Amino acid sequence: MSMLEIEELEVYYGAINAIKGISFNVEQGEVIALIGANGAGKTTILHTMTGLVAAKHGSIRFNGKELTKTPAHKIVSMGMAHVPEGRRVFAQLSVYENLMLGAYTRKDKAEINESIEHVYERFPRLKERQNQLAGTLSGGEQQMLAMGRALMSKPSIILMDEPSMGLSPLYVSEIFDIIQEINKSGTTVLLVEQNAKKALSIANRAYVLETGNIALSGDAHELMDNEQVKKAYLGE
Amino acid sequence: MMSFVSYLVNGLSLGSIYALIALGYTMVYGIAKMLNFAHGDIIMVGGYAALITMATTWCPVWLAIVIAVVVCTVLGVVIEKVAYKPLRGAPPLAVLITAIGVSYLLQNIALLTQTANPRTFTSIAAGAPPFLLVFEGKAPLFFTAAADSPYGDLKPVLTISMETFLAIVVSIVIMVMLTLFINKTKAGKAMLACAEDKGAAQLMGINVNGTITLTFAIGSALAAVAAVLMCSTYPQITPYTGSMPGIKAFVAAVFGGIGSIPGAMIGGVLLGVIEQLSKAYISSQLSDAIVFLVLIVVLVVRPTGIMGKKINEKV
Repeated sequence: MSMLEIEELEVYYGAINAIKGISFNVEQGEVIALIGANGAGKTTILHTMTGLVAAKHGSIRFNGKELTKTPAHKIVSMGMAHVPEGRRVFAQLSVYENLMLGAYTRKDKAEINESIEHVYERFPRLKERQNQLAGTLSGGEQQMLAMGRALMSKPSIILMDEPSMGLSPLYVSEIFDIIQEINKSGTTVLLVEQNAKKALSIANRAYVLETGNIALSGDAHELMDNEQVKKAYLGE
Repeated sequence: MMSFVSYLVNGLSLGSIYALIALGYTMVYGIAKMLNFAHGDIIMVGGYAALITMATTWCPVWLAIVIAVVVCTVLGVVIEKVAYKPLRGAPPLAVLITAIGVSYLLQNIALLTQTANPRTFTSIAAGAPPFLLVFEGKAPLFFTAAADSPYGDLKPVLTISMETFLAIVVSIVIMVMLTLFINKTKAGKAMLACAEDKGAAQLMGINVNGTITLTFAIGSALAAVAAVLMCSTYPQITPYTGSMPGIKAFVAAVFGGIGSIPGAMIGGVLLGVIEQLSKAYISSQLSDAIVFLVLIVVLVVRPTGIMGKKINEKV
């Protein structure tokens, strides 16, 4: 059994069919990249997994449990964290408060404090700014905060939506290094990216989405050499 | 000079009541992003609930207050579930009109069951002596006008009724508790998170619907307390008792910056003081007009209100 199994998933926005019956799976410990152009449905898939958007047909099974029938606020405690597109940190709360909200579903105070220390170790800049309002951080720092906040729930899988969006090239490299570190420490990663080159370089496998369908899939490095992918997504 | 202090104290008292009501408006707006125009009528229901329970012989005052709080809390939660929750995601205008509809519904139910005749509200501090300020030589002395007071024959320069005093003290205690609740508890933090971004709050595992219900419950409970304090200070109640204070508290919430909790507190208190001072020094007929004029001026000069702020989000 795969950790995450998506079968025949269909999602509609009103009359618009955004996801047209796609199936894929994610194994424990993998980094999976979903790449594709704007409007291909990448973000919608993540939103459907964590319950922000309802599925019309199909199933999403996470460790054997059906997510399409689970209320959104119960999904985090099952071990799935979501770093949303545009970071969506709580701008008017401090860095520390944002991180604590990441641990909202956890009870044990000592363990939560341990997690905060881990996050501060991984992102020393967040520690320096722990009492600063999140809205005053730079884009890259907000991305780190969003990732740290997701890690605070101790997820077994972390969904990342466009983590490189709007960041300077230096930050992009740093963020991708951190994603690899997070994966090495045992967390499965499902990565949605427009920066296909970067995404494929750290992924084990990838799915290429085109207007609600999976156009291509396979080993990430093989896809990098695929002529079609090169032309359409890598700009070569 | 002392008459000014007296108007000021009365203004603070009225303002504290506005602040309690404004908190309900601003919290609901902040989290559910809707203007609950039925909020004023919840005050009226709270007033009647206290009046009716106090009229029975077995019910002590404190229990009547508790009952009023429970009635309003349940009412607020039921209104949210029945009238507003089905409209989540609907255009704001639909929600606004529903709120106005709920407001009229409550008023008409009250008309039907309680009639339009004004009823006298028995103050919760009925019979309690007022606080008096006298000068004996140069030292100011505060005391309650108990019968055996040694200063009883000195002419007081300032009299503060127990109702006025209670409104200020109770409001301060509630506002401190509310601020602590919002900033120090998990449920409070969840409210702040929902106010900013419901989707992101959901991703944290926060039950957004539950948080909205909690907000309505707290706002309505505060309205019940405001009702008891207000009806004790102005001891009369009709089915329309809640509408004017409701609208003024809404003005106070906008004045302070709608969505901001300290803003509602400051806005409410300022509005009460402005209203009482204009009654005293300008014209008692014009005082309401002046209150609304203040709103217009604030909206022109500082559209976000005193404490309202815009944070530019980084993308």
